[in-house]
Amino acid sequence: MYVAVKGGEAAIANAHALLADRRRGDRDVPALRLDQIVEQLGLGVDRVMAEGSLYDKELAALAVMQARGDMIEAIFLVRAYRTTLPRFGYTRPIDTAVMQVERRVSATYKDLPGGQLLGPTFDYTHRLLDPELAGGADVAEPEQREAAPEPMPRVSEILAHEGLIEPDGSLPDGHVTGDITREPLEFPMERDIRLQALSRGDEGFLLALGYSTQRGYGRSHPFVGEIRIGEVELELDVPELPFPVTLGRIRVTECQMVNQFKGSAKAPPQFTRGYGLVFGQSERKAMAMSLCDRALRAREFGEDVVAAAQDEEFVISHSDNVQATGFVEHLKLPHYVDFQAELDLVRRMRAGHAERQGEEGEQREAAE
Amino acid sequence: MNALVENIAQYNFAYLDEQTKRMIRRAILKGIAIPGYQVPFASREMPMPYGWGTGGVQVTASIIGPDDVLKVIDQGADDTTNAVSIRAFFRKVADVAVTTETAKATIIQTRHRIPEYPLAAGQVLVYQVPIPEPLRFLEPRETETRKMHALEEYGLMHVKLYEDIAKHGRIATTYAYPVKVEGRYVMDPSPTPKFDNPKMHMSPALQLFGAGREKRIYAIPPFTEVVSLDFEDHPFEVQSFDQPCALCGAEQVYLDEVILDDHGGHMFVCSDTDHCEKRRENGHTGATAAGSKEAVE
Repeated sequence: MYVAVKGGEAAIANAHALLADRRRGDRDVPALRLDQIVEQLGLGVDRVMAEGSLYDKELAALAVMQARGDMIEAIFLVRAYRTTLPRFGYTRPIDTAVMQVERRVSATYKDLPGGQLLGPTFDYTHRLLDPELAGGADVAEPEQREAAPEPMPRVSEILAHEGLIEPDGSLPDGHVTGDITREPLEFPMERDIRLQALSRGDEGFLLALGYSTQRGYGRSHPFVGEIRIGEVELELDVPELPFPVTLGRIRVTECQMVNQFKGSAKAPPQFTRGYGLVFGQSERKAMAMSLCDRALRAREFGEDVVAAAQDEEFVISHSDNVQATGFVEHLKLPHYVDFQAELDLVRRMRAGHAERQGEEGEQREAAE
Repeated sequence: MNALVENIAQYNFAYLDEQTKRMIRRAILKGIAIPGYQVPFASREMPMPYGWGTGGVQVTASIIGPDDVLKVIDQGADDTTNAVSIRAFFRKVADVAVTTETAKATIIQTRHRIPEYPLAAGQVLVYQVPIPEPLRFLEPRETETRKMHALEEYGLMHVKLYEDIAKHGRIATTYAYPVKVEGRYVMDPSPTPKFDNPKMHMSPALQLFGAGREKRIYAIPPFTEVVSLDFEDHPFEVQSFDQPCALCGAEQVYLDEVILDDHGGHMFVCSDTDHCEKRRENGHTGATAAGSKEAVE
């Protein structure tokens, strides 16, 4: 018996109620608090801020909680909120040379002005599960020291003194920095737009693409010139005031990748660069981003575009995980109208096929 | 708690801020001025996922006013979950009147169908579009397809349709069947079955198409020529069904196949649920008017 599918509204409401129940889980277990997520799942919060393109730890923590720990869902929640916020203006470019650095490592120099600082890294931990952590053992206070008075110049500036590395990129005259959240993407694009897209791009996608360049699909001979993580000030120019106003501080991860040198008859050889900058602490993402950035500059350097990571339309069109998850998952929405159209076609084609087979059979019999 | 979180429920009428609506309306006007041309627009993230109709929702949110009456259909039906969800969204953020009756709606947002009841002047049909580029599956690069549209270079599409005939004996495209608008742009009608293509031609209603993820809007103004691509010896034809709707007996409408059991039992019913209900109210009946399977057998 056919009953028209009614009651979608009640079904949706019930599904939401069940989701809320599953999200909360066993009521005997204390509910999570946002400050617990911010303090103890900080790198997850950082990822949601970075790919959600909104620097707000509490909102990101709320999103993580609401999404039951599903990072892409949390990123989506943050994006859908940020898009409704009014735009007051654009800050000055941040100056990472004066960053309050917590971690800074270079793979190209053993020692350099400002020194190497390991900071809070997983790098040399042995990946042994720690039962004490599960038991809620006390954690000792870390060693601290006064901030070193000496400045910590960026490695790109150190190399620049000798002209060994290309300077910070330049854009065409009269180019106004774009904003991918306010203008539609158009191809081909300038590097500013590309970097914005990469900075909010999916960590896993960029990681895989960066990895592919290391395995020969668009090889770029990378060295980590420098990774630095720390806080920088945000300054805004206010028309009424003769000086920029400090709005606050954000934590960022910056990666300067030093790549394959280039030279020509006119210009002496010099190293090229790939750049990565991400909200919060995310070395993996910043490094992957800088590999992708360098690969995507193939056109600029006259290199052949032969690999996926060098293909601007391919990389930028598919790097956004909110778009990707939406379009992949929309396949679960009803498509029965289109499927009916295909069913009808296949049935007709099969009928045609059977008819032809029958005719052929008759002809064979007649011949025998 | 952050103050933002407490005030999170404050949204503008129809969700989008007025600047965004203005930006989208400009894109719509440009689309109306150049029928069938895909206008890039700065699509916003919406509170539903990409692929759930974010383009259509943005178009509707930009044109809807407090006096509008909204109808939302998905697969021709008013009661599929996503149609229910989008209707509830606009009732919540715009507090507009909603209806399931095609004739009473001023704006109809749709996914995959055009209503059977003829649209009238003054009505707006808003399509949700997944891939706005009709040439996309022939040429994946946007830089190339935009050039092809600019040069009116549609040979590739005709070759594809020709290859269908060579391979299958017929054009094997059953939905999202490409059309040429006002003799200029080849356009994707969104994944509506080709059955609905003729309804786009010279429609008195305004037809707007929104693709959120792909950031494109396009339009067919009222009384515009919309021609499905074909060949002289293989003219365009729509699907036809061997039997009428089992519930209301309607013919020359698009039908959904409903599986009744696991022995191959099935029946065909109107895809447009409102149309079917109206007919039944007016006394039309089909083979299963009583709603029982036995009547079919």
